[in-house]
Amino acid sequence: MKFSTLLRHMREGAKNIIRNGWMSFASMSSIFISLFILGIFVLLAMNVNHMADQIESKVQIKVYLQTNVEEAKVTEIQNKIGNITEVSKVTVVSKEEGLQQLKEAMGEENSDWLEGYNNENNPLPISYVVEVYDPQTVEAVAAQIQSINQADETLPITKVKYGEGYVQQLFKITNAVRNIGFVIVIGLGVTAMFLISNTIKMTIINRRREIGIMKLVGATNAFIRWPFFIEGALIGFISSVITTVLVLVCYGQVIELTQLDLSLMMFSLVPMKEAGMMTALLIIVIGTLIGIWGSTISVRKYLKV
Amino acid sequence: MIEMHDIWKTYADGTHALRGVSVRIDRNEFVYVVGPSGAGKSTFMKLIYREEVPTKGQISVNGFNIGKLKPRKIPYVRRNIGVIFQDFRLLPKLTVYENVAFAMEVIEAPKRIIKKRTMEVLELVGLKHKHASLPSQLSGGEQQRVSIARAIVNNPSVIVADEPTGNLDPETSMGIMNLLEEINFRGSTIIMATHNRDIVNNMRKRVIAIENGNIVRDEARGEYGYEV
Repeated sequence: MKFSTLLRHMREGAKNIIRNGWMSFASMSSIFISLFILGIFVLLAMNVNHMADQIESKVQIKVYLQTNVEEAKVTEIQNKIGNITEVSKVTVVSKEEGLQQLKEAMGEENSDWLEGYNNENNPLPISYVVEVYDPQTVEAVAAQIQSINQADETLPITKVKYGEGYVQQLFKITNAVRNIGFVIVIGLGVTAMFLISNTIKMTIINRRREIGIMKLVGATNAFIRWPFFIEGALIGFISSVITTVLVLVCYGQVIELTQLDLSLMMFSLVPMKEAGMMTALLIIVIGTLIGIWGSTISVRKYLKV
Repeated sequence: MIEMHDIWKTYADGTHALRGVSVRIDRNEFVYVVGPSGAGKSTFMKLIYREEVPTKGQISVNGFNIGKLKPRKIPYVRRNIGVIFQDFRLLPKLTVYENVAFAMEVIEAPKRIIKKRTMEVLELVGLKHKHASLPSQLSGGEQQRVSIARAIVNNPSVIVADEPTGNLDPETSMGIMNLLEEINFRGSTIIMATHNRDIVNNMRKRVIAIENGNIVRDEARGEYGYEV
């Protein structure tokens, strides 16, 4: 194809959007509405996922030692646990810190229960707080810590706690929430494609005559297809850019309005930068592809005449 | 130029539109195709510009065996055939100029040449001054002139006109006929299906009459021969 012909196709494709003003408007509205809903659900799903991550990351393993374990042993075990590949961080909680934390956990009203305990007669053992990279591995890591204990004949570890049962339940819920979000997003995506391609099909059925005349004067199929291809791509691209801007403006408002409340609960929404990139990319790529797909499929149908 | 040999055309519903038609039309002839409605005239015309393919028999146009043409070669054959319809078939959203220039864009002619040639043919059909109008702003006769301009802009050797005056009053029809005669004079073969007795009888040319799928009459300077 000559370069000047390509330019001609682009010019014609763009002009056709204006020539068929109302039909273009119908296609654009249908893309806009479908992708707007899709965009909102994508953001919702991303945030549910993000929340699930935040809840999961609060899962950690507590390891309690015998009360009479020596300094050197404490460091040795800390290193052994730290060497497990899944483990990200091991913090030693001294007897004093343990007592302090316990007092805080029991609160003001019940503080008299611990009255009289001080650093000299502290009954608490030294413990570790173990954090892992992937919260889903806590069970396996806990088992490995147990085996470190078995390997040592003095059995220095008395207890490994990670919220057994409760953690598995939590993971079940967060996984279910993630899957449901994913299914909804895919479902909406497919619905959007059908809705949009139907609208585009209608606009092209209206132009069956136009295609017939093109064929009559000797236009090749490729020559007929190109302007429609460009028209579809432009309609898809323009409307998805408009959609993206509006979805993200709304999301920005939501972030601003909920920031204070959520941070009090130690949660946060997916930051704009991250969410914006993902959503924009998704909507614009899907929108443009749908535009192209819809017009190509429909034109092909009438080229067989 | 155009040769049909024992052409049969049977449609999917079983109707035999043509039953063994053989005919030869030479370069630069002017031929009327006449006959009652449903006799097979339109099928005859459609076979020439490859809108239909024969069920049986051979047809060649400009040396191409049209019946056996590969689909991707069809556009190139059509560029050498100008088609004119009763209902004009102009693109309603394009201007007069764009409608005509379109046929040249299709063959990827350079822009400069498109402009020159399009204005040339618009002048020939007498519509140069209306090049920026839309079809809806023109009279029926003017719209037919635009469609003739589109048909001839690429200098085709064959013009197929299916009842070009069917929608026009007698005076306008004569104008269109003079134009077609002029085009024929400039070297194009013209095959025109018509129901217009006055035109056929006043402007004597070869007449091919089709009835019931057969050629029943083929006269060098014939008459219409039917009561209207």
